[in-house]
Amino acid sequence: MTSTPEPVLDIANLSVSVRGEDGEREVVSGLSLSLKRGETLCIAGESGSGKSMTALAIMQLLPQPAARISSGKIRLRDGNNLGAVELTALDERRMRDIRGDRIAMIFQEPMTSLNPVLSIGRQLTESIEAHTGLSHVEAQRRAVEALQAVRISEAENRLKQFPHELSGGMRQRVMIAMALALEPDVLIADEPTTALDVTVQGEVLELLRDLQRQHGTSVILITHDMGVVAEMADRVIVMRNGRMVEEGAAADIFARPQAAYTRELLAAVPRIGSGAGRHASGEPDKVATQDKVAVVNDLHVRFDLRGGFFGRVNRRVHAVEGVSFSIAPNETLALVGESGCGKSTTAKALAGLVPYSGGVTIGGRELATLGGDARKAVRRDVQMVFQDPYASLDPRMRVGDLVAEPLLIHGIGSRQERRERVAALFERVGLSAAQMELYPHEFSGGQRQRICIARALALRPKLIIADESVSALDVSVQARVLDLLKELQREFGVAYLFISHDMAVVENISDRVAVMYLGQIVEIGSRDQVFSNPRHPYTRRLIEAVPVPDPSRRRTRFARLDREIPSATRRIGESMPKLVLKDFGGGHFAAVGD
Amino acid sequence: MTNPIAPDLPAAGRMPVKPRAGVWRRLVRRPLALLGLLIVAIVLAGAILAPWLTGYDPNEQMFDGLTLEGSPLPPDAKFWLGTDLLGRDLMTRILFGARTSLIIGIVANGVALLIGTLVGVTAGYFRGWIGSALMRFTDLMMAFPALLLAICLAAVFEPSLWIVAMVIALVNWVQTARVIYTETSSLSEREFIDAERTIGASAPRILIRHILPHLLPTIIVWGTLGISTTVLLEATLSYLGIGVQPPTASWGNIIFENQTYFQAAPWLVFFPGAAILALALAFNLIGDALRDILDPTQRGRE
Repeated sequence: MTSTPEPVLDIANLSVSVRGEDGEREVVSGLSLSLKRGETLCIAGESGSGKSMTALAIMQLLPQPAARISSGKIRLRDGNNLGAVELTALDERRMRDIRGDRIAMIFQEPMTSLNPVLSIGRQLTESIEAHTGLSHVEAQRRAVEALQAVRISEAENRLKQFPHELSGGMRQRVMIAMALALEPDVLIADEPTTALDVTVQGEVLELLRDLQRQHGTSVILITHDMGVVAEMADRVIVMRNGRMVEEGAAADIFARPQAAYTRELLAAVPRIGSGAGRHASGEPDKVATQDKVAVVNDLHVRFDLRGGFFGRVNRRVHAVEGVSFSIAPNETLALVGESGCGKSTTAKALAGLVPYSGGVTIGGRELATLGGDARKAVRRDVQMVFQDPYASLDPRMRVGDLVAEPLLIHGIGSRQERRERVAALFERVGLSAAQMELYPHEFSGGQRQRICIARALALRPKLIIADESVSALDVSVQARVLDLLKELQREFGVAYLFISHDMAVVENISDRVAVMYLGQIVEIGSRDQVFSNPRHPYTRRLIEAVPVPDPSRRRTRFARLDREIPSATRRIGESMPKLVLKDFGGGHFAAVGD
Repeated sequence: MTNPIAPDLPAAGRMPVKPRAGVWRRLVRRPLALLGLLIVAIVLAGAILAPWLTGYDPNEQMFDGLTLEGSPLPPDAKFWLGTDLLGRDLMTRILFGARTSLIIGIVANGVALLIGTLVGVTAGYFRGWIGSALMRFTDLMMAFPALLLAICLAAVFEPSLWIVAMVIALVNWVQTARVIYTETSSLSEREFIDAERTIGASAPRILIRHILPHLLPTIIVWGTLGISTTVLLEATLSYLGIGVQPPTASWGNIIFENQTYFQAAPWLVFFPGAAILALALAFNLIGDALRDILDPTQRGRE
């Protein structure tokens, strides 16, 4: 799309500093940009690059009193080119008139940016009334229109609902409706789809694009996801450590990146179709059952929900419904699916964190037949690496002690031997032994995930469950952690159960893939079978939904889901329909007739 | 910068700290904590050395301790802190009262803290029927007026200083249990506790090594707050005649005996009040410093 030359928003030499323990630090330095009417400008960068601070500076919503604009100008031009408003010079009262009315913002987390105790109708009409002075009835009509514009069905009834009654994708649509209800000149979207499932992300992005076309709104889209950038951007700004590294048209940035950083950033992005180089994935039945690391047979996990006056169990969440799979040594099985599909619950059952029914055999021994101590010994063979490296390490322990703890618990080695083993583990995962005395908060996210991996490796397990272990990391860090996982597999012959929602990452690391939907596996097979010949419509949808980091392959239309994703909650006595998997040969199974 | 993408493995910036580099040494390096320690030491010394520090008997009603009209004497050279309504030396009574108040403030409060933490942690970590039973019992205790309960308990037992301390402990654990329960249950939902379970850590290990250290700030705050609460509860009980039996002095009962004469003889309320305040403040200062020292994420901000 070619854009008209007149700019709506001009930022000249903007610097933002944050006061910390060690004095003031610049988080945005000398940033200049201009946003043209009807244009989508993507600000891309990894965490700490200053992209969110830029957005907050435009809104004059920098966290007070720590952050301030230390220099620079932000000019918002009037629609009919009469003049410009200097936002940095405005007082809070006049800025309030501009927020929402002329510049609107959408945040990452749709749950926390909606007020949970007010109905969405109330929240929508309030902002309309505040800015336009329309009557309540009139405002309500506008609210319904806004909801219809973001394709929310039964808009009138939705007004009475509260945020928790809506799904994540719906909530983000409400946020967009709220932002666009007043037809602002500029819309700032800060990671608007990062918290959403990939299929929902596709819909929300498409919606944003459509609305922008209709209203001619200028959009600043902030994201770390180069796929989203390729999908949406007219122009791209790449930021790093508060500075602009590169600026250019989207097609140029992707085809001919000038800055070295941009090139590395693009190289680190996992792409579907680049997963070659893995050893050929054999047929799963090649390895005899007793040699399998883990065999899961007809696993069920259900959570009871209490309700009614006496708090009796009246409904049940069928989180995992009859899942079966097996993992061979030295193999990576990926479990993919969207939030709520039961993939994490499956992992937790396997790790012994939630009660389950069904058979779990680890190293040829069925857990249900074992007593307490024997079970503990078998459980040693299964270790887990969690999603959030910030949350999965006890912040009050030294990392050396944390990694030594599994050895201590299982009574392995003397104090000195344990120390040496931990030191060796630290070096193996790319940290130095001197860092053992530090505390978790003194490390970056990628380093912490390495510590978690060292900890999982300490007991020399046969199987490591990686539950979204790289999802929280920046792409460049993510690529290196994935490489480390592959190296360790070669070295120790450990098997991975790799749980992820990111199809591109899965394609990169896995030997076999199982796709889960509503607590059941809908398709399982080798990586090539699943990715190049998906049999189940949901698998196809998942693969299609991944944004491709290449603007020339931009999708025009994304198949929309006309209904909300069904719930796995059932009344007591009701059961879930059981899927039957059909054999497509070569260990490729998929549900049919859905 | 040479490398366009910062590697996520820079060498450790800081040299490793020596493990547990003397909590005590770090404590005395903070001036405020040192002040707190000093006050506690003074109170402790005063309580222990009371008979040698004063020439008077705490319970002796002196003839020259009252004016001719029979009103108490303000502070002067002879009675440093003045005398009370019965002509007893106020300083002597405060010194001897420190014994009672320290026992109440430390022992009763400590026991209350211990019960509260045990109940709260158990209920918060194990949930299930144990948790429900414990918390419903806590709710019951909370709903019951504390004073009434204390009166009932005190009436059943023979009043003595230790019984009073136990009664206060049995009344005061409830709030602590509530707060600790909430914190424990949110802590045990945290991912690092799940991570501990997957490496095979037993429940006692998780509780002691991974949950208790995180509860420490809360325990310290409730502990220091509890000192003034318990000292005053003792005073209330004494006032109602079921606390420490007169003529034994305690800071609380000195205030209560004299509060109606506050306007005429303000020193009678001011000095024991200041003593309670100083003791609570001292423990607060120590607790505050301890909390920071024991929290590794606060290191370097000292």
